[in-house]
Amino acid sequence: MSGHQQHPARSTGHDDHSGSHGHMHADHGSLKSYTTGFLLAVILTAIPFWLVMGKVFDKSSTTGMVLLGFAAVQIVVHMVYFLHMNTKSEGGWSMLALIFTVMLVFIMLSGSLWVMYHLNHNMMPGMMSEETVPESIHDMSNMPKTHDMSGMHDKQKMPGMSNMQ
Amino acid sequence: MSEITQTSVDALSANASSRFFVREHHPENGTLLGFWLYLMSDCLVFACLFATYAVLGRNYAGGPTGAELFDLPLVAVNTALLLLSSITYGFAMLEMQRQRKGSTLAWLAVTGILGACFIGFELYEFVHLIHEGAGPQRSGFLTSFFALVATHGLHVSFGIVWLITLMFQVKRHGLTPENGRRLMCLSMFWHFLDVVWIGVFTFVYLMGVLP
Repeated sequence: MSGHQQHPARSTGHDDHSGSHGHMHADHGSLKSYTTGFLLAVILTAIPFWLVMGKVFDKSSTTGMVLLGFAAVQIVVHMVYFLHMNTKSEGGWSMLALIFTVMLVFIMLSGSLWVMYHLNHNMMPGMMSEETVPESIHDMSNMPKTHDMSGMHDKQKMPGMSNMQ
Repeated sequence: MSEITQTSVDALSANASSRFFVREHHPENGTLLGFWLYLMSDCLVFACLFATYAVLGRNYAGGPTGAELFDLPLVAVNTALLLLSSITYGFAMLEMQRQRKGSTLAWLAVTGILGACFIGFELYEFVHLIHEGAGPQRSGFLTSFFALVATHGLHVSFGIVWLITLMFQVKRHGLTPENGRRLMCLSMFWHFLDVVWIGVFTFVYLMGVLP
């Protein structure tokens, strides 16, 4: 920062340079790239809707996996054809930021699912055999359709909130 | 680091052209990179909401499930609207590149109308759900659903406000470099929202209706 303050004339010149010419060289894509991206996106959107609405697969886990695959491909298509992502734009910094974000998102999503799945798995009353179930937990399993325990935890922590149904 | 390099280069030669040569290594337009970083942080906001939905998405609390509530044809229409608005914005950017003010404004208007239709259908869906007693307070599933989808809708709404502002700017000042830069930023924002919507319609709606 101090360098910029010492040479105000130079930094102004730099701003002029980027302001008047910088974005003109930026890649706005072409008609062909937008149309290609659009057609690919339409196909990649139509197939998942068809898979679900036409009930193509019997197992919902198969459908779910295929849907996630299509979504991932479509996100890449949007990134390349609409957002013009490449390794060279902004000197590679935007790609670096994207990779970092994708990594964080991956950790956040997979970590949340992993932890919460194991929490549910270990604390679900139905998972225990009948003989070993203590009386208190056994009563909880008769509660209205609560699919996991997270709601009950809240009640245990905050007794005042228990009337909020 | 760059300042030190700069100073040493200055000390070696007072020649202006050599200083310019050193500057070539910097990204040319800081605004676009900065805006990209904002989008990436926005991406983390959506990732938190997606994670919340992933955890709470099946906690119906005896209430209605996604399969009972979601109207897939309406979601398909919404998806089509957003996808179409993405490509019309792309056409606006191409027209801007050719310095055609009138057609740029026309494509921007089409984009805005498509976005407004998207918001209209989404509001209709929300009102319908709340009217059926499936408001955000009904169950964990509906809380996380409303939080995620409404955050996306709010982004699109602000995008439309931004779009209208830029249309007036372009109308008044023409396709100046400054307006071009602003349009580039909104372009990234708009396409980014479409990318988030891919996650929403796949993860929330399509996977939500699976048995």
